[in-house]
Amino acid sequence: MTTTTVAVLVPLLPFLGAVAGLLLGRTAPGFVRPLAVLPALASFALAVLVAVRQGGGPALDSATELTPTGSVPIYLALDVDGFAALVAVLVGLVATCVQVYSTGYLRDDPRYPSYAALVSLFTSAMLLVVYSGDLMVLLVGWEIMGICSYFLVGHYWETPEARAASLKAFLVTKLGDVPFLIGLFALATDAGSFRISKVLGTVASGGLHHPTVIALLLLAGVAGKSAQFPLHTWLPDAMAGPTPVSALIHAATMVAAGVYFVARLLPVFQASSAAMIVLAVMAAVTMSGSAVAALAQDDIKRVLAYSTIGQLGYMTGALAVGDRGAAVFHLLSHGAFKALLFLAAGVIIHAAGTNSLAAMSRMGHLRDRVPDAYWTMTVALLALAAVPPFSGFFSKESVLGAAEQVAGGHVDRAPGAAGWIVLVFGLLTALLTAAYATRLWLLAFRGRGPQAPDHGRQPLVMNAVLWVLAVPSLAFGGLAFRLLPAWFGGGDLGPTLTTSVLGTGLALTGGIVTYAAWRHTTALAARVPLGAVAAHPEADAGVVEAEAIASHIAAYGDIADAPDPADPGRLLLGPLHRHAAAGFHLDAVYAALFVRPVLAGASLVRFVDREVVETYVRGAGALPRLLGAAVRRAQTGNVQTYVSALLAGTVVLAVAAVLVATGA
Amino acid sequence: MHLAYPAVLSALLFCTGLYGVLARRNAILVLMSVELMLNAVNLNLVAFDVWLSRAAADTLHSGQALTLFTIAIAAAEIGIGLAIVLAVYRNRGTSDIDRLRDAAEGPDDAPETDRAAKKAEATA
Repeated sequence: MTTTTVAVLVPLLPFLGAVAGLLLGRTAPGFVRPLAVLPALASFALAVLVAVRQGGGPALDSATELTPTGSVPIYLALDVDGFAALVAVLVGLVATCVQVYSTGYLRDDPRYPSYAALVSLFTSAMLLVVYSGDLMVLLVGWEIMGICSYFLVGHYWETPEARAASLKAFLVTKLGDVPFLIGLFALATDAGSFRISKVLGTVASGGLHHPTVIALLLLAGVAGKSAQFPLHTWLPDAMAGPTPVSALIHAATMVAAGVYFVARLLPVFQASSAAMIVLAVMAAVTMSGSAVAALAQDDIKRVLAYSTIGQLGYMTGALAVGDRGAAVFHLLSHGAFKALLFLAAGVIIHAAGTNSLAAMSRMGHLRDRVPDAYWTMTVALLALAAVPPFSGFFSKESVLGAAEQVAGGHVDRAPGAAGWIVLVFGLLTALLTAAYATRLWLLAFRGRGPQAPDHGRQPLVMNAVLWVLAVPSLAFGGLAFRLLPAWFGGGDLGPTLTTSVLGTGLALTGGIVTYAAWRHTTALAARVPLGAVAAHPEADAGVVEAEAIASHIAAYGDIADAPDPADPGRLLLGPLHRHAAAGFHLDAVYAALFVRPVLAGASLVRFVDREVVETYVRGAGALPRLLGAAVRRAQTGNVQTYVSALLAGTVVLAVAAVLVATGA
Repeated sequence: MHLAYPAVLSALLFCTGLYGVLARRNAILVLMSVELMLNAVNLNLVAFDVWLSRAAADTLHSGQALTLFTIAIAAAEIGIGLAIVLAVYRNRGTSDIDRLRDAAEGPDDAPETDRAAKKAEATA
């Protein structure tokens, strides 16, 4: 098989798996699990094969015209360069892991067939985005991911949280997608083609007439998809979906699509220094704000969701300083360790019977119940906090190193201001990231109190997947920073001394300060008992999670917060804690800015329709109704009256006829 | 015989029938009055047919043929009418036309609009 054929098969296999899963889900339940796992596995293997054959060489580019449109034709195009090949490997790996994990996690779920098919469809769409060389075909994959995300976030649609979250995720990402579509059209009009290679050629020859407008329009879509400020609010709420979905969609792949898109079209953004500054500011606000918010969350998955937003902020930061190699490097290593964090969190939620960190901190020996999740999560949290030699350290240092180079004026691929913004906020976020990672670890695994409930051993597949993902979290960064520059055709990704010392020092500071705060507050935990636990020893993990999410508001009064004085985050943030837990009230701002005007407009329209339009309609009907009422009085029911009237009429007519005929 | 005699007779018959239809209260008598009116018409048809056929040498006597049709239809009509009266009497115990007023307009003026408004509320 040629490399092109293999590359076509990579997105096609999960798609066929999804179709077959949807068709056979009810009639042949025995085939559902193989149909879910095998296409993902096969497409992972083929993606590895494509990556090996491509080998960082010149981009594999082949196209066939899909449809003539009259102006700019749409091509079914493949454009596999080093970025695409490696990101596809990551997508295949995480999708396979998630499918295997889901067979254990949702083993008794009645809606498992449609769930697995949607995950397959999602995987296929993401691979299409990764491999596509045509912006319109890319958009198709982009939108399929959006709708799959809507369905999967709403998997537990019995709970109001999941329903609201799925709608919110869909609407917010669509809010970004509308400008994104306009931006794509504007870009294609300027470049005369939807093909990425041609667009980049036009940019290189200076043929782009409106770079700032196009870049800003495209950024709106990227901000929606990649959960960047100010369109990030859907991601924390999307944690109402099942944990494997959070791992696949909201950590490793879909949210990375925006970053990947900018990485592919980086020259378009570089053509406008204003867009680069906007990107840098967006990244800075996103990463620092989300890190503070993560420090205040009580739901373990919401902590991870905010940390995803923050790490995506690092990637956009790397793009803002014009280093796509660093951005995709961080994307790859983050994809591995964040998927691991989520999947391990799923195991912990199942074992603890709650998603609340406050409740977990009052449980003894939780780590002995789930030793695999404990060790792998420790590895992943160290990678998240960027402690050497874990993979997150190398990728984050490559981002900070790129920012430092731009800030110092050594390279001129981006404005110096962007470099300074990304560098300063990146270092600040390194401190905060280590702080919330330490807080998560201490609260989840160092709890004191009565024994954690026994939910039996976790399914083997779930634990096995954790160890599979622990390997890249541990070793990918150290191996990859020497190999990747050849693939990406870019500069050095190795850590520089200044940023390494600064970043690691700040990370250690954050960890130590949080530990000290925890030592100070943990004595309070015994005084305030907290903890509502959904204990179903026999039920699968999905049921436990759904109940934990549904009961969080009832038990603690808020979806994100718990009144826990023993929380070190509360001590560290002080008066800021209340606002950080609510995501800095951005939802309330949106409610005031958008939701309430829309509702007011709707009630105004209702009033106009009911009171104004209907009044005219009623008025038009009033006169005929009055006349009808008058005429109806003649209807007495006495047949003889009718006949008399008939006779009288006849006589009158006859007399008239006679008079006319005689001419009198 | 002069044409005036049957014409006056039939006019008298018709007026008697008309009076019966308009004034009698018993449904059977009303039906009988209808028969009177029909027969007045029959008489006219026959009389004018004879009067016209005197002028023309050879006619089809269509007036007399039409009379036969009218008689046949009158027989069918009275049969159905009597059956209806019988059924009404069995149901209501009366065949008084003044008391058979179910088709009259009710006293309430605008029940239809209320119903429509309620339906609109329910669907809104």
